[in-house]
Amino acid sequence: MKILVAVKRVIDYNVKVRVKADQSDVDLSNVKMALNPFCEIAVEEAVRLKEKGVAEEVVVVSIGPKACQEQIRTALALGADRGIHVESDVAPDSLAVAKILNKIVAEEAPQLVILGKQSIDSDNNQTGQMLAALADMPQGTFASEVVVDGDKVQVTREVDGGLQTVELTLPAIVTTDLRLNEPRYASLPNIMKAKRKPLGVKTPDELGVSIDSKVSVLKVEAPAERSAGVKVADIAELVEKLKNEAKVL
Amino acid sequence: MSILVVAEHDNKALNPATLKTLTAAQAMGDDIHVLVAGEGCADVAAEAAKAAGVAKVIHADNAAYGHHLAENLSALVLSIAKNYSHIVAPATTTGKNFMPRVAVLLDVAQISDIIAVESADTFRRPIYAGNAIATVQCAEAIKVITVRATAFDAVSAEGGSAEIETLDDVFASDKVSFVGEQVAASERPDLSAARVVISGGRGMQNGENFVLLEKVADKLGAAIGASRAAVDAGFVPNDMQVGQTGKIVAPELYIAVGISGAIQHLAGMKDSKVIVAINKDEEAPIFQVADYGLVADLFDALPELESALS
Repeated sequence: MKILVAVKRVIDYNVKVRVKADQSDVDLSNVKMALNPFCEIAVEEAVRLKEKGVAEEVVVVSIGPKACQEQIRTALALGADRGIHVESDVAPDSLAVAKILNKIVAEEAPQLVILGKQSIDSDNNQTGQMLAALADMPQGTFASEVVVDGDKVQVTREVDGGLQTVELTLPAIVTTDLRLNEPRYASLPNIMKAKRKPLGVKTPDELGVSIDSKVSVLKVEAPAERSAGVKVADIAELVEKLKNEAKVL
Repeated sequence: MSILVVAEHDNKALNPATLKTLTAAQAMGDDIHVLVAGEGCADVAAEAAKAAGVAKVIHADNAAYGHHLAENLSALVLSIAKNYSHIVAPATTTGKNFMPRVAVLLDVAQISDIIAVESADTFRRPIYAGNAIATVQCAEAIKVITVRATAFDAVSAEGGSAEIETLDDVFASDKVSFVGEQVAASERPDLSAARVVISGGRGMQNGENFVLLEKVADKLGAAIGASRAAVDAGFVPNDMQVGQTGKIVAPELYIAVGISGAIQHLAGMKDSKVIVAINKDEEAPIFQVADYGLVADLFDALPELESALS
């Protein structure tokens, strides 16, 4: 089968974000960017399915400015076969991203689409579900285990109360949670090889998708800072403070 | 126009997150309807009808909705969506699962995880793991919104007397089926709703040592949480994870034990009223957000805390 993986270029998860002085957005100039961690897990899962012989081809798609080809190359270095870049200098909202991905799904006809459950910048957790509804495919979100069996896939999902397992008829959509797998590191030879793997470029216009959004960001602020409190010497002092000062015991 | 709140429940009782979501909904408008979709959930519908400020409860009872499968639940919500200006659900794993489907099938953007309602079309939401707060305005005709329940107080569970209307339409996808679930049975309060939470991190060293936290939790009536490091290491199950991608908690008292304080963990607990950190590394970032910090070996401190609370 063919697996399509959607990936996003985001701020590196170790970077402390700062809000711009004019409150228009967070400041991303000269900030280290990386593959969204959940997307990395999605690529890893697809590559493992290929290594197991379940999949024949892994196609990676990313939407964003030219720079996001770096993240597509990263995914290719991790073992994906081919990249598709949908170039857009404006960051589309999840709705537009889902519509673009739906067009790619129609062109590529994958049996399985794997996405990260959320990106760590906008923290929306929407795209996979939206794509599933648009493409009329069943969804297994927040996956911690994916088992393909014939024309079905069993997905174990991390839910608030514990774990839930659902069975989906392929083609289907899976979104990854943290514990699905531990992504590998790309080896130097694979990084070199990735540079020669095919990467096609499209635009939202060519795909017939408008990226206008009806949601506008009025301002972006830093959250109220918590200041460090006091150090207590021992448990006795801690309990005394919690009882008499904080009054929470 | 009216506002539809989709209730979160386990077919037996209303999840407290629903009452908090109702507070957020009341800030958007007046005529509030609650959809209770499930299997054998008449008690939940009756409970929702008693919640303060609810004008109508819509009760859809069918096996198709028993496990809150997103495909079926979203189709049901979509079938009545046109009657509403806002469709609102708590940002639980259920809400996160089905709501984006509702939004896209209405061809509208969704606003996720709001923490404040500025007006009927303007909301505040955390981005970048809570390191920035965005104020967003939504011009869609129908606003599809998930609510971070911990950011809102609950409406009173009593005092309302809404009419209950039955909705018999059944939407059952043949492409998905429920196979099974592993639900953590616990006598302790729910992590997302507990007054006190005590969490352990990598410093706990293994799952057996969580019994030290349990003993303190017993004294405090606390829920037990964990950092991602502790869950990834296999000490405890995933449903205990507090953080950006786990559960968001905001209890009156949060005690972090053996947790260094990565930003992804802080994102899940920094709105707690009082934060206590116990860690043997005095440089641990958790101390920068703690009201009370104790630099100590947790294997000494936890038994001492337990006996001090006796």
